[in-house]
Amino acid sequence: MRKIGLLVAGAAALGMALGQANVIKIATQSPLSGPQAALGEQIKLGAELAIEDAKARFRALGFDLQLVPYDDQANPDVGVANANRIINDPDILGVVGHLNSGVAIPASEVYVRVGLVMVSPANTAPRVTDRRLPNVNRICGRDDVQGPVGAEYAVNNLKVKNVFVIHDKTTYGQGLAEEFRKRLEALGGRTVAFVGTEEQANFVPIINQIRGARPTPELVYFGGIYSQIGPFVKQLRERGLRTRLMGGDGLDASEFVRLAGKENAAGTFYTTVAGPVSAFPKAREVAQKFKQKYGKDIEGFGIYAYDAANVILMALENAIKASGGRKPTRELVAQEVRKVRMEGLTGSIEFDDKGDNKKARYFVMQVAATGNWADNKLIRIIELAPPGSR
Amino acid sequence: MLEQILVLLPQVIFDGFVLGFVYAMVALGYTMVYGVLELINFAHAEVFMIGAVVGVEVFRYLGPHIGNGFLLLLVALLLAGAISGMTAILVERFAYRPLRKRGTTNRLVPLVTAIGVSFILQDLVRLIEGLWHNEFFLRMRTVEDLEGSFDLFGGAIFVQAKSLILIGVSILMLLGLTYLVNRTKLGVAIRAVAQDLHTASLMGIDPDRIISRTFLIGGSLGGVAGVLFALQYTVITPYVGFLPGVKAFTAAVLGGIGNIPGAMLGGLVLGQLENFFGTYLPILTDGNFGTEYKDVVAFLLLVFILLVRPQGLLGQVVREKV
Repeated sequence: MRKIGLLVAGAAALGMALGQANVIKIATQSPLSGPQAALGEQIKLGAELAIEDAKARFRALGFDLQLVPYDDQANPDVGVANANRIINDPDILGVVGHLNSGVAIPASEVYVRVGLVMVSPANTAPRVTDRRLPNVNRICGRDDVQGPVGAEYAVNNLKVKNVFVIHDKTTYGQGLAEEFRKRLEALGGRTVAFVGTEEQANFVPIINQIRGARPTPELVYFGGIYSQIGPFVKQLRERGLRTRLMGGDGLDASEFVRLAGKENAAGTFYTTVAGPVSAFPKAREVAQKFKQKYGKDIEGFGIYAYDAANVILMALENAIKASGGRKPTRELVAQEVRKVRMEGLTGSIEFDDKGDNKKARYFVMQVAATGNWADNKLIRIIELAPPGSR
Repeated sequence: MLEQILVLLPQVIFDGFVLGFVYAMVALGYTMVYGVLELINFAHAEVFMIGAVVGVEVFRYLGPHIGNGFLLLLVALLLAGAISGMTAILVERFAYRPLRKRGTTNRLVPLVTAIGVSFILQDLVRLIEGLWHNEFFLRMRTVEDLEGSFDLFGGAIFVQAKSLILIGVSILMLLGLTYLVNRTKLGVAIRAVAQDLHTASLMGIDPDRIISRTFLIGGSLGGVAGVLFALQYTVITPYVGFLPGVKAFTAAVLGGIGNIPGAMLGGLVLGQLENFFGTYLPILTDGNFGTEYKDVVAFLLLVFILLVRPQGLLGQVVREKV
């Protein structure tokens, strides 16, 4: 009995090692549990929808297309452990992910060992693509453009001079805050303070600093994630400070309103790289399908994940053709991704030599007073090429 | 710079008290258990967290039905105190007592158990909340009655009603505990067990019962502190207990572990230090050291205090038990 068990296990292991000839899997990696699950789930579901839509097309080519979601818990260690499992499954030919740049950077170093392509819907840290890895691409914008876009809006449109800058000490948050600060000062604005904090509950010391800061800041800029900014702004407003608030795409989640309370969240400005559904007329149909299927609204990262998955799918189809109808190698898929030119829901997608989208879009938004994230006001869309692009 | 510091000072001291009383109440749980068992009960941080979660759930479900905010808070405090106290009893009954009965002399064994229990409770609460509401961040419902605020001394101190409630409830609890320990039969028994467990049992005291009661009292205090913490800082998670737990433990050591007034004092000192450096570090160092270094500086100072007074602020040097 035991021998048979061993035999079965051995055969199964062998099967895993060789892979299945007609199965193609696409992995997603994003936080599905823990503090940032609300954003990470959008990535998984957006990619899932794209893959569902493409299943019939791939069946016609003779392949069974599957999605395998991984939960990176917004944690670099977990992300790398998952990445090692992903590269050991030979059927996985592409990864949609991650949410956090701090996770994407080490995980992509694992993918590159086997040439596995990653298309990111959400990673904005410059270093993600500045390492020029052949397998790393993103369809969204970069923090060294996003931060300055926020700073320009603050100085030119909000007529702000003195800004109190806070960040969360992560690759993403601190990087964004630094880019914001650089442009702010170049435009003649002043950083009253530049404060990092990992605090999750008690923001009172920082609020007291804002209260005592001279010159009085007209704007608070927070480079971080909604889980911190939500309670921060609630405590700020409860303590009677009405200073305007601005953040980056880490704030772009309906959870922000829930945690802050809608009366406190209302009026907050934010820049994002993943615009709202209302900014993409072409996304309306997908948004309806999403709502029907999952019972919740698609948010920015959901749409971008849908597009990111479609980039991989298009590259896959081309790669299958190029290898004469057989399952393509991972390297070939990665090469094909760089050649993709498509009109996605979010606009044109075409990668430069670093893997950045040649024309990424940046959005300046303002949180609505209704408490409904979809009502947020789209103030402007800016289309910019990544810096140093060839 | 000096003017900037002085303008904020009354506010910073007030906020330091708010934080300090939370630490003080949690520190009592550590210090009482240490007193009777010489065990550092790291699971106490999770008992605190469970209190906060119960508070959030009471506000969520009873908030729409109970119009009076103070009554609602009273219900939340009582319920959280009861549930946290029960949790503490259960932890003692099923995790620590079996070890004690087996005559484990290695003190590290219960310590490791405590750390394990702490992880189990964290993820248990996370699981329950995940299945119940699919929420990781729990937000305390805003209740108008408790949200009022006013200025004191011509705007020098901005006071929220809920901060005053926090301080008031804490002082009542601390006074109550002091009375209980010093003036009641149960208090005498607890002190007797703390002094010498075996001799106490020869005097007709059932040590197991007293230990259980000690966990109940410490746990209830922690639960009440949890509700007040959630009310004050509005958003909590299943992992929210860790940092206040570590700091409350530090406060207990600072005050002299095993010493009840010491834990209160230690909590207040630590709350003040943390809030002081959190607010003033960037101002004092011209922005070179930010708020994130508040714990570094506060703990450096603690190390220094403990170098000078190893037994803690109010601790007494006791001879080793034989």
